[in-house]
Amino acid sequence: MSTTATSAPLFGMHGVTVTFGGLTALADVDLDVEPGQVLGVIGPNGAGKTTLFNVACGFTRPDAGAITWRGEDVGRLRPHRLASLGIARTLQGLGLFDGMTVLDNVVAGADRWARSGFWSDLLALPRSTRDERDLRERAMAALSELGIAEHAARYPAAMPYGLRKRVALARALVAEPDLLMLDEPASGLSEEEMAELGELIAGLRSRMSVMLVEHHIDLVMSVCDQLVVLDFGRVIARGRPEEVRDDPAVLDAYLGVEVDTDSHPAPDAVTHLGEGPR
Amino acid sequence: MAAIKQVLAPSHATGRLLLGVVGIAVAVAVISMVGEFRATQLASMAYLGVAAAGLTLLTGLNGQLSLGHGALMAIGAYTAALLLPDADAGTPLPVVLLAAVAVTVLVGAVVGVAAARLHGPYLAGATLALAVAVPGLAIYFGDTLGGEQGLSVSVPDVPVWLADAIFFLTGTDPSRGRYVSYVAWVVLVIVLVVLANLARSRTGRRWRAVRDDEIAAQLVGIDLGRNRVLAFVVSAACAGLGGALMALAVRLTAPSGFTLTLSLTLVAAIVLGGLGTLTGAVIGAALLTFLPQVVTQFGGGIGLDDVQSAQLAPFVYGLVMVLVVLLAPAGLVGSLLRWRMRRAGRRTSAVLDGPPPSVPSGSDSSDSSDSEPSDDSPTSTQPTPRGAHS
Repeated sequence: MSTTATSAPLFGMHGVTVTFGGLTALADVDLDVEPGQVLGVIGPNGAGKTTLFNVACGFTRPDAGAITWRGEDVGRLRPHRLASLGIARTLQGLGLFDGMTVLDNVVAGADRWARSGFWSDLLALPRSTRDERDLRERAMAALSELGIAEHAARYPAAMPYGLRKRVALARALVAEPDLLMLDEPASGLSEEEMAELGELIAGLRSRMSVMLVEHHIDLVMSVCDQLVVLDFGRVIARGRPEEVRDDPAVLDAYLGVEVDTDSHPAPDAVTHLGEGPR
Repeated sequence: MAAIKQVLAPSHATGRLLLGVVGIAVAVAVISMVGEFRATQLASMAYLGVAAAGLTLLTGLNGQLSLGHGALMAIGAYTAALLLPDADAGTPLPVVLLAAVAVTVLVGAVVGVAAARLHGPYLAGATLALAVAVPGLAIYFGDTLGGEQGLSVSVPDVPVWLADAIFFLTGTDPSRGRYVSYVAWVVLVIVLVVLANLARSRTGRRWRAVRDDEIAAQLVGIDLGRNRVLAFVVSAACAGLGGALMALAVRLTAPSGFTLTLSLTLVAAIVLGGLGTLTGAVIGAALLTFLPQVVTQFGGGIGLDDVQSAQLAPFVYGLVMVLVVLLAPAGLVGSLLRWRMRRAGRRTSAVLDGPPPSVPSGSDSSDSSDSEPSDDSPTSTQPTPRGAHS
């Protein structure tokens, strides 16, 4: 775990390029997530953020480039291998298991901690029973951490969006990953819920690294240690939020105009980007 | 006391085991008491139940629809028939049943690997092809498999110890038909217990996850392909077992017994009973076994002639199917569960309407770097990491 002073990044993407037909979705993208860091990936619609996540999870194979985990090239990444590496991800569409209770959803997320196999499940050996109890405890702990323990027996389809979102987050957290990837965690949340989410993410730093894709600039600015800004599949800026905020290339990308020549929309944009608490 | 009650509940492994033992005892008692014809019918119900239970796990839990389980039953049945060609073959029944399972597992693994790559209608189509093709094999290899005529199955003698035990309990010597019925029901109960174990375990949860959301399932570490193949193999094993029992009960294994109708009958059984519920599979099997005869008798009772009352059965069967799909689309057991769930849901939401989900109002937390428990959250019972409540 403790990589001493060398501090290899926990997760890295190097020279990742993805093309769909003639369209370049990602061009030579580099990024590193350090242990305990919250890295934000931002950019206008269609900038390639989701593609980046899909490459990081092995759903999309890059045409070129490498992915490293704890300094080692992971080769061809398969999505179902992520959990055992210690990577968890939430989905934009939540992807909850609607035919299962909230508790079972979260227990499924803790699957990497289970050891029982098919035969012990078939015969309901004590080993399986013990395993189940352990997973259930982990899941209940994750649910109460997010304040939704009382919904454990409900089915997610009947729950309001904000709660379902927490279930999805609990399912990712219960795996106790070293890297948590959040795909638009704030979409559809109220102001208040977003503030809670910000606190939650900030609090995760001591336990894991977080990489998030997000539209809400306020949240990103307040919670991220580092930002990577994508536009048309390229990294156009990176750095600490306050550095990125004043980067002309970023303002240009978000507004589609040269900031310093066209003065009309620029002041608006600056204030919008600047709203985030420091 | 509460702990004992909990352990004996069917949700607990020990409870299921106990329920299984009780189930076997009841089945043996019932089979001993009913007439020869009813005992044969009960055997039919049991072999349909075994195969349907396997299918409901595949379709209900894992989301794979198979229209080819009749073919897998045929494979189990022919395996049994080949091992029991005549009275002095002497193969013990457990060996016959295990061999049938082994052969079907092999076939199921091959089909399962193909099935794992297919979805929805394509999977249905591919398994349908299996249902059509396999009986044809029996005709093609007519020398070994008996062609259209099929193979006769000679049920071995009732083991002496069992005959003695039955005589001791009931005062009669069990016939072969009754013996097969005992065996079929013991197998059915064992299959139900084992499948219930599986459904409630990690394996069952993984299958459900694959059914509900493939992307999310992969992200929690589930290998889609492996779990699909495993589900198919387990379900094929049940079909093979059901087929072997069918061969014993019918005492003949011929292509005409394994037409597409059999596959569709199994699907009908699990849809009627309720997809994904083992009880539903058994109820479905019972309906399909007993309904035609009950209806035919009823037809005779209200003054229809033989042909008319025989025609009444498929009509009522179709009617029941339509009614169940219209009125209880989740199947008989499935709809009952859903109704109970909705009632339970109403009760929880009534409780929740009172105190709102407690959210400690904003403030601090992200800066309390020392792991002192936060002072202001009465709800957090266990130590939460900093800033992690809400």
